[in-house]
Amino acid sequence: MAVDRFPVEASHIMMFARSIGDANEIYYSDDYAKGTEPGKIIAPPTFAQSSAQFDPDYFLRPKVGEDWFGSGGSPTGVKPKKEKSGGGGGGGGGLHAEQHFEYHRHISPGDVLTATNGPGKTWEKESKRAGKLVFSETVTEYRDQNGELVITARGVGVRTERPVEQ
Amino acid sequence: MALKGSDLKVGDTYSECLVEDLKRTQLVQYAGASGDYNPLHTDEIFTTQVAKYPSVFAHGMLTMGMTGRMLTNYVGDGRLTKFGVRFTNQVWPGDTLNSTATVSGLETEGDTTIVNLDVETTNADGKVVMSGYAAARVD
Repeated sequence: MAVDRFPVEASHIMMFARSIGDANEIYYSDDYAKGTEPGKIIAPPTFAQSSAQFDPDYFLRPKVGEDWFGSGGSPTGVKPKKEKSGGGGGGGGGLHAEQHFEYHRHISPGDVLTATNGPGKTWEKESKRAGKLVFSETVTEYRDQNGELVITARGVGVRTERPVEQ
Repeated sequence: MALKGSDLKVGDTYSECLVEDLKRTQLVQYAGASGDYNPLHTDEIFTTQVAKYPSVFAHGMLTMGMTGRMLTNYVGDGRLTKFGVRFTNQVWPGDTLNSTATVSGLETEGDTTIVNLDVETTNADGKVVMSGYAAARVD
């Protein structure tokens, strides 16, 4: 996702670490982190994905004054679109198929990142469990306040023709 | 503690239980922290009645995040250089997940030694929910 300003903050790292059930003190305590090899709090390896918080247009977050497709008084707040493909199985814009990170350095509170998206491929595949699958790849470069590349991320999303059979 | 390259050999494994009886509340926690509020992960009514899945299911990135914990516990803090996965099966509330890293190779470039790992996370039925690779600097 493209983000102009992703400030890396200690409280966000703490909440993220809690959510993945990681009790490693390097994500919670400055004092502890000082005694570790990195010497300071760092972010868990998949933290960059939470740049979604800083994307003003991120489509999987309810926004003030806009319809939201989750349930309220009815099962969805948005009338379903009768698309022939896409969305069927995902409901909310498809499923996550792959994610790759390359770490050039590990990020810490105080870093202020930008994220830019490069071109990515798209391809299709037939599957027995979900019909036609449409894959799309996004390559994201995270750079720090000095313009240095810190993380290269590559995500692949998939839209399924129908919900994945269990 | 970082790993020592000289102590490692191809085929060595490290495993951890990532979660037992995954709770819906953890999916809410992950949605809030990551910013991914897709109702498929937290809204049972939408997910069963509109998206037609049997229940809400975990963000793939939650499984990857928990698997990352296994990796950093193994290789040490700040040591990962690569981590990539493919999500192969959905993870549901109630699932218990185990994850294993297997040494697939060691490479040395100058002063730096890198261990390459195969990574696999499975549910209690032994079904692979996520598989991939990681690389880390070792001493």
